[in-house]
Amino acid sequence: MNNEIKDHSHIKGWGVDADKKNDPTYPMQNRIDGPSKYERKSQNQQPVLQEVLHSNERPNVSAVTGLGPEPSGLSGKLRRFAFEHGEGEFSHWIPLILADRINAVEGIVNDIKDGRFPDIIKEKGWPAQWKHDKKGLIKKLAVYGAITVGTIWLLRGKGDK
Amino acid sequence: MLATNYRGKRRIRVDKDAPMPEIRHPQDSIIKVTRTCICGSDLHLYNGNVPDTRIGSVFGHEFVGTVTEIGSEVTNIKVGDHVIVPFNIACGECIFCEQELYASCHESNAQSTALGGIFGYSHIAGGHQGGQAEYVRVPYSNVGPVVIPENMDLDDAVLLTDILPTGYQAAEMGGIQKGDTVVVFGAGPVGIMAAKCAWLFGAGRVIVIDKEEYRLDFVKKYANCEVYNFLSMDDPVRFIKQITDWLGADVCIDAVGAEAAGDALQTITGRKLLLQAGSATALQWAINSVRKGGIVSVVGVYGPTGNLVPIGNVVNKGITIRAGQASVKRLLPRLIKHVQDGIISPKELITHRIPLEEAADAYRMFSEKLDYIIKPVLIPPSVTY
Repeated sequence: MNNEIKDHSHIKGWGVDADKKNDPTYPMQNRIDGPSKYERKSQNQQPVLQEVLHSNERPNVSAVTGLGPEPSGLSGKLRRFAFEHGEGEFSHWIPLILADRINAVEGIVNDIKDGRFPDIIKEKGWPAQWKHDKKGLIKKLAVYGAITVGTIWLLRGKGDK
Repeated sequence: MLATNYRGKRRIRVDKDAPMPEIRHPQDSIIKVTRTCICGSDLHLYNGNVPDTRIGSVFGHEFVGTVTEIGSEVTNIKVGDHVIVPFNIACGECIFCEQELYASCHESNAQSTALGGIFGYSHIAGGHQGGQAEYVRVPYSNVGPVVIPENMDLDDAVLLTDILPTGYQAAEMGGIQKGDTVVVFGAGPVGIMAAKCAWLFGAGRVIVIDKEEYRLDFVKKYANCEVYNFLSMDDPVRFIKQITDWLGADVCIDAVGAEAAGDALQTITGRKLLLQAGSATALQWAINSVRKGGIVSVVGVYGPTGNLVPIGNVVNKGITIRAGQASVKRLLPRLIKHVQDGIISPKELITHRIPLEEAADAYRMFSEKLDYIIKPVLIPPSVTY
């Protein structure tokens, strides 16, 4: 410790949870006697009614699974490929990151197909930024605008050659 | 029903016609949400930094609400109860739950063996839909939900789902002994709670490091601690050594995680190019600022791939690193009592009350730290209290 123990009585609750036994091996101290093995006890299996990709580092689908969006489209194919690889492999994570980016484009396409044009300004929360930080938003848009114009100018220059 | 809907990096939509959740397992329940918060870790999802975050996901792992329906095997709660729902989804029976490692449940997440299920936190955390909605399905309702005690403010209750337990566990994992000097990196809600809870373990000195002056001002008053802005320092590690008799702190807590600022290399490779699992600046500083033989406690959230951290210094200094998602169920009884006894008042962290319909604005404000925001709570339109 770096300091002498001072009077901390002005701090409500000071030291109420102090525990000399709180050493770094907790919570391994709570280990149950005997060898560790995987077994499912009384947990019933939730009916698997949608596609659930499970890690190849476990033998089965967990007893309970989420009901979030299923893999679909090109991003879904990439996700299925990713889950053929272990969690310690970049071949698992890189396809997932790529799938997320593709999925965002698929989301826009599907929205338009459903007759729902995305309101990007609202979805990005720009009205809030305009309300609380006009300068910051203008600066950001100016930077993005300059990058876009610059890129187009460069590409057109190449095309002319 | 009304629900948030992730549409891609930094894009959130609120749908009015989202499907109602259904009971799918005998231990499921359906909860009508009355308060739901945006967590700092939700920003990692929002910023597109967590792999397998699918379009159409409903975010939100901090929520309380009333029970509207229960599965045939649910006995712990009944329809009408107003409950705190821990962010971890835990079966209560697997080998890890038996060790009270409820964040590591093996029967709530098929997609990853590294962590248990979490509400609204991508398919890496099981693909469970989250609580930033009017209704949410809560699996294993005999294990997680706890009835909110009479007279407890809902704003206190909602911060017992994650922020307070995570901050408390950060201090607990620090193995703080009486008189210890504790440095907390990050003055976000978790860092504020970690600083507050460090005193409960008998810390002799609590120091918080951040770059946002308004947050440092808040934590200074709220947690009676010393505060320093790292923007005013050439080298935060050297500064901490200097103010700790040149030895380093006994305990350092990383309450920042993957969105850390302060180091250009970490920011570019971790946040911009995604070449590592987020920016590990706070963890790097924590490892380098702790004294030899000290403890680094990590509750900041990082992605699943890898990070640039000075592991050689961990070995050379003989540091112990303790880390983990908070085991909320294990900690709730004690923390509810601390709130009831007036030792901790979590609701003071809530700076913004925003209608659920305006979730996209709320995310933008929290992400950009606009309007001196510390903790936003989203309130569904049907809730009038």
